[in-house]
Amino acid sequence: MSTDIAIIGIGLHPFGRFGDKSAFDMGADAVELALHDAGVDWSDVQLAYGGSWEAAQTDPLSGLLGLTGLPFINVFNACATAASAIQQTANALRAGSGNLAVAVGMDKHPRGSFKVDPTLVNMPTWYAENGQYVTTKFFGMKINRYMHDHGVSIGTLAKVAAKNYRNGALNAKAFRRKPVSEEDILSAPVLNYPLTSYMFCAPDEGAAAVVMCRAEDAHRYSDRPIYLRATEICTRNYGAYEVNTSWAAIEEDDSPTVYASAAAYEQAGVGPDDVDVIQLQDTDAGAEVIHMAENGFCAHGEQEKLVADGATEIGGPLPINTDGGLIANGEPIGASGLRQVHELVLQLRGEAGERQVEGSPRIGYAQVYGAPGTAAVTILST
Amino acid sequence: MQKLLASVFTWPADEPALIGGECTDCDAVTFPSQTRCPRCGTTTMAELLLPRQGTLVSWTTQGFPPMVPFAGDPTGEHFEEFAVGLVQLGNVVRVEGRLTEKDPTKLIFDMPIELAIVPFFTDDAGDEVLTFAFRPNAESSQNGSPT
Repeated sequence: MSTDIAIIGIGLHPFGRFGDKSAFDMGADAVELALHDAGVDWSDVQLAYGGSWEAAQTDPLSGLLGLTGLPFINVFNACATAASAIQQTANALRAGSGNLAVAVGMDKHPRGSFKVDPTLVNMPTWYAENGQYVTTKFFGMKINRYMHDHGVSIGTLAKVAAKNYRNGALNAKAFRRKPVSEEDILSAPVLNYPLTSYMFCAPDEGAAAVVMCRAEDAHRYSDRPIYLRATEICTRNYGAYEVNTSWAAIEEDDSPTVYASAAAYEQAGVGPDDVDVIQLQDTDAGAEVIHMAENGFCAHGEQEKLVADGATEIGGPLPINTDGGLIANGEPIGASGLRQVHELVLQLRGEAGERQVEGSPRIGYAQVYGAPGTAAVTILST
Repeated sequence: MQKLLASVFTWPADEPALIGGECTDCDAVTFPSQTRCPRCGTTTMAELLLPRQGTLVSWTTQGFPPMVPFAGDPTGEHFEEFAVGLVQLGNVVRVEGRLTEKDPTKLIFDMPIELAIVPFFTDDAGDEVLTFAFRPNAESSQNGSPT
């Protein structure tokens, strides 16, 4: 599986709220943008992987783009759906299933938190009846203990959220495009202590797509291909306390992010110090803080000073969520990981405009994390 | 009449306990019990009554109504904020559950807690439905101050 894979086209439908526009129409727009970017037609595409939470299948996109008979395979892996679609597409290309492929993700969530029958994730009905089947409360509990153990302040969480809203204001395709002050973030209603409403991302709508091929073919399509150096997905190990669980073992193990990150660095042959631009899962501001350490960018507790010093700003040494992350873009689950990759490709091509990281970034890093304890890490390079 | 939210605790009982499961092969403990061991995958799980006392590993508040089928606010008009915690019961297992205390200033990491069976809501038939929760244990905290 050592064959290198290239991303030769990217497309992003804006994230936000779009009235009656369907997830399929957004997905088709994203694919069309990606095809145009790659300079290819839908009829050239030989295989596709698509992911969505709300759509039962993504294959109906063919009915909008052209019924060409290609294999179109559905991927679902909660918040890691889009990263999984990229990984499966890459592996199919390596296996020779085709020469030109599309990975697409799209979603159109109803307002408010996600509604699901807990038995669909093998949790008992009483877990939801008792008020425990709430993803956000897991994040509240995790950051609450983390702050206690590692000396992270609530002010740091406000700074992280404010940074992501500021970055979102520079992104024409973001959902939240107005800066929010740290004071307003701190004084907003507490949803899950210590996290306020402005510290959380919201489920919303959007789509994103990439066109991929084997690296040896990339220059036939693009003079600026971006290479997929690693894509690793890990589920939780015994001992990890994760989303959607009523118990945890006494002996603690690391979060799946730690495992996915280490595996991705090894696969890519790089370390955290080599990374120039970073996308982390900021379901909430606390998650971004924790993920900084879990992905190797600092030691536990160092976030307090790094964030205060502006290290994670676009102009800092650790630019994180330069497009505003989930906090400013929201989370259409099927598309979220592809939105991260879209931003990294723009940054590595030097096409990120007002939010361009200076110094010609060469290596980009993206991490997603979600229920029931699944993490994916993708590493890209020029 | 009283009903239980689910048959996951002993009741009525002078000293109620949560009903967990223990793998007779590798000693992994779960709550509630399940058909297979989460560590070794064997079908050797046996029922285990969990310790009633423990410590508060972490906690948060629930400031908005959880989605249906949340049972604590059947009409959707009388939601009351509550707190949820992860508690370590003895040296056996950690369990996630509601807390009887929701004031952040009164919730202290590693403080002693005790299992409590508490009224949760009244159902359509007019019956009181009981659930399990964890209560900060003032008696224990006099013996050893929480850190």
